[in-house]
Amino acid sequence: MNVSRRGFFKVCAAGMTGSSLATMGFAPTAALAEVRQYKLAHATETRSICPYCSVSCGTLVYSMGDKSKNAKARIFHIEGDPDNPVNRGSLCPKGAGLLDMVHSPLRLTHPEVREPGSNEWKRISWDEAFDRIARHMKADRDANFIEKNDAGLTVNRWNTFGFLASSAASNEPGYLTHKVLRGLGAVAFDTQARI
Amino acid sequence: MALQSLDIARRSATTTEAPKVRETTEVAKLIDVSACIGCKACQAACMEWNDIRPEVGNNVGIYDNPQDLDDKTWTLMRFTEVEENGRLEWLIRKDGCMHCADPGCLKACPSPGAIIQYSNGIVDFHQENCVGCGYCITGCPFNIPRLSKTDNKAYKCSLCSDRVAVGQAPACAKACPTGAIKFGAKEDMVHYAEARIDDLKDRGYQNAGLYDPQGVGGTHVMYVLHHADKPTLYADLPENPQISPTVALWKGVAKPLALLALGATAIGSLFHYVMKGPNEVSKELEAEMEKEDAK
Repeated sequence: MNVSRRGFFKVCAAGMTGSSLATMGFAPTAALAEVRQYKLAHATETRSICPYCSVSCGTLVYSMGDKSKNAKARIFHIEGDPDNPVNRGSLCPKGAGLLDMVHSPLRLTHPEVREPGSNEWKRISWDEAFDRIARHMKADRDANFIEKNDAGLTVNRWNTFGFLASSAASNEPGYLTHKVLRGLGAVAFDTQARI
Repeated sequence: MALQSLDIARRSATTTEAPKVRETTEVAKLIDVSACIGCKACQAACMEWNDIRPEVGNNVGIYDNPQDLDDKTWTLMRFTEVEENGRLEWLIRKDGCMHCADPGCLKACPSPGAIIQYSNGIVDFHQENCVGCGYCITGCPFNIPRLSKTDNKAYKCSLCSDRVAVGQAPACAKACPTGAIKFGAKEDMVHYAEARIDDLKDRGYQNAGLYDPQGVGGTHVMYVLHHADKPTLYADLPENPQISPTVALWKGVAKPLALLALGATAIGSLFHYVMKGPNEVSKELEAEMEKEDAK
């Protein structure tokens, strides 16, 4: 093989350029493989109850941040709560899609009232709503409360009022609901769980 | 590589050997078609976890919604009505990636590291490395991967590799309210399936069985079928899925030969250049040619 001095330099220079380019990153990259990062690693986990039907499945609500004061929490994932005896981690399609209900532009986030005779819903504040409900309840109770029956026996009944309690309540809120309503003399109340 | 949280068994278009020393548990998802009520909680949970939201479609008169898998629908309930044993049967199959032990997509993929098989059996797509050629679609015996019109990259079910890597079940399996989707070690899933099949046989489904096709080396998503002798009843589930012979030939025998030929050509050219040098025209010849041109 007869290599000229010039030819030898050319080959050396080509080799030098090639390896330099490779070191500078112009080489095919190594095929890195990594699963997508687990997105709940440091999210805040909050136990909650699905608001849809009367089954009241337990849910785990995940929000961004660790509740530090400058981080605004935002719910970004919801899944079933394995510790809840009702659903043991499973959810139906509506429950599995809860996240999109939380952020839905159509979600009702404040109280509204439709006055008698009106066909429009009017936005009111929570204070107005509570006052209004209390006012109606008191007026009705004052007008219709039965303290004694025909035989003169004390019964303390309020028969013209009914109450539908949440099925998403655990024992403690259930006990409180019972106490408050029986204290008022209400007879007819039920929970959504029996619908 | 220190970055991985799951051990890698195979990478597309990569010839370097993957580490094989650690023995990790092989996982599997078992879909009991006989226990499925078609509620689509798995579909909802899948898109919620994976941050994908398909377009809202139209009802075309069947329950399948959306009508087909796409880049944003990685799992889909396929509903079929058939008459078997003189009775109408409503068969509902959760379609999606089967996570084959011998994945045709991975074999067909030309882009290094775009398709990964983990040692636990999961076959995962890495869209950063995907070149959008669509060979994985040709390679898949189950017609699962879909190219996205948004970024021209292929997408499919990852078996929630990010959840499995931290020890959780895939989102679909966790959500399933009837327990038709189970997840665990493949060994345990096969064991569980046996009990289900015995039960189905007691109920008169004599041909009940497990769908774990050996043509692709077994799968890490398996079905319990009431009619395991006729898998095509279930929205054309292939009877004996195999990697297409074209892909097998092209990526099996032809590829190393072609690479060899390519290498030989490159080395040959280099030697030719070094020994013979470039083809040069002498001054005299050039002058002669110019003279001729001038005439």
